Amino acid sequence: MSILEAAHIEKHFGATRVLNDISFSLEQGQALSIIGSSGSGKTTLLRCLNFLEKPDGGSISVNGNVIFDAADPATQLEKEIRKKRLHFGLVFQNFNLFPQYTALQNVTLARELMAKESGGESRESILAAGRELLSQMGLADRAEHYPHQLSGGQQQRVAIARALAMHPDILCFDEPTSALDPELTGEVLRVIRHLAEQKTTMIIVTHEMAFARDVADQVIFMDGGVIVEQGDPHQVIDHPKEERTRQFLSHYAEN
Amino acid sequence: MFITVLGALNEGFLQTLRLFAVTLIGAIPLGLMISFGSMSRFSPLRYLTKLVVWVIRGTPLMLQLIIIYYIPGRIMGASPWGSGEGGRFLASAIAFIINYACYFSEIYRGGIQGVPVGQQEAGQVLGMTKRQIFFKITLLQMVKRIVPPMSNEIITLVKDTSIARIISLQEVIWAGYAFLKGSHGYSGLIWPLFFTGVYYLLFNGVLTLFFGWLERKLDFFR
Repeated sequence: MSILEAAHIEKHFGATRVLNDISFSLEQGQALSIIGSSGSGKTTLLRCLNFLEKPDGGSISVNGNVIFDAADPATQLEKEIRKKRLHFGLVFQNFNLFPQYTALQNVTLARELMAKESGGESRESILAAGRELLSQMGLADRAEHYPHQLSGGQQQRVAIARALAMHPDILCFDEPTSALDPELTGEVLRVIRHLAEQKTTMIIVTHEMAFARDVADQVIFMDGGVIVEQGDPHQVIDHPKEERTRQFLSHYAEN
Repeated sequence: MFITVLGALNEGFLQTLRLFAVTLIGAIPLGLMISFGSMSRFSPLRYLTKLVVWVIRGTPLMLQLIIIYYIPGRIMGASPWGSGEGGRFLASAIAFIINYACYFSEIYRGGIQGVPVGQQEAGQVLGMTKRQIFFKITLLQMVKRIVPPMSNEIITLVKDTSIARIISLQEVIWAGYAFLKGSHGYSGLIWPLFFTGVYYLLFNGVLTLFFGWLERKLDFFR
């Protein structure tokens, strides 16, 4: 059974159809890369999975349970969305760290609020887990720094630790290196690659073609809100079948 | 003589301070409620709030004060404010609170809307509630943004309290002006009024220092 099953996802903004009949599935421990030009709907798709946008059609299942079905209002109750969101983690293109909190507080805030609500974890264990995550990101010595004191690459690694702290089933990355200077992308990609080696289930929207090919078990190429081609990364990126995929990739081959 | 004048001015300034403090205590939370109203997704509430803010900001505080003090008495036959200084203070406080809450609400709205939407979204995907997002994430970022415009408004408020003189509230300008006709056995205008200016200047100096300190205090993040 797939950990994630998205079926016939549709999304419109006014008259514009942004997502059209998007279906795919993802196995536990696998990484999926989504590539495509700007405006192809990649980011909207991730936002739908994270309940930041509400699809107009289709369904989303996690571990075989339908967590969203556009045709079934019972799956869309406001109070349950909060819990359902926690199946997914999201790393934003521009980090969205909380500026008034240190790196460590950014990582632990949501867990602490949750523990305060429902008991359970002690503050000490949350903090220890937060420090452990930061050190996995190579940021053990940056725990007490505020976001503005960190480089873009460091901020993005804090954001990854923050997402991981909630133990999502599926971790989503929305162009995690697009806001970074080229010399800082490497450190973020290394961290994501390491997560892939540890069999973290991930969906990565990216413009880094070589990275998408090397890290992913599966690649989707989107254009104009539809999936044009999907399959094995080497096949899609090195030997695309579709003309549109070839055209898109040729822009990358030139550089 | 100097001591006499100072004593009268002190008393007036105390009333100025009272009006200032009561206005802040009332207008700071009321302004937040009005700003939520002006951002409400329920459009009748949004339009009603915007209408009220437009009227209050679009007309002089002095006029509002006169209306609030005199009109209810005309309609009901007897003034609801009671007689004497207590009644004048109550009417002034209500007029000032409503007026300043409307100005504050617009500053708050700018402050809240100025916090990038990504901050809320980051909170949402981490499973935080709307309430937690507002109090733990948005609020402090908003406060940091509104300190400079709020300090402007609050310094204006210190001087605006003198408008309450129009209904004879015995604030510091009233106390200084009283010496024109002779008060406490002294008659004169220049020096008493000069000293009322010194009171405002000193108090605003203290406020300026306070807001400077607050801005530095919030400088730990960007």
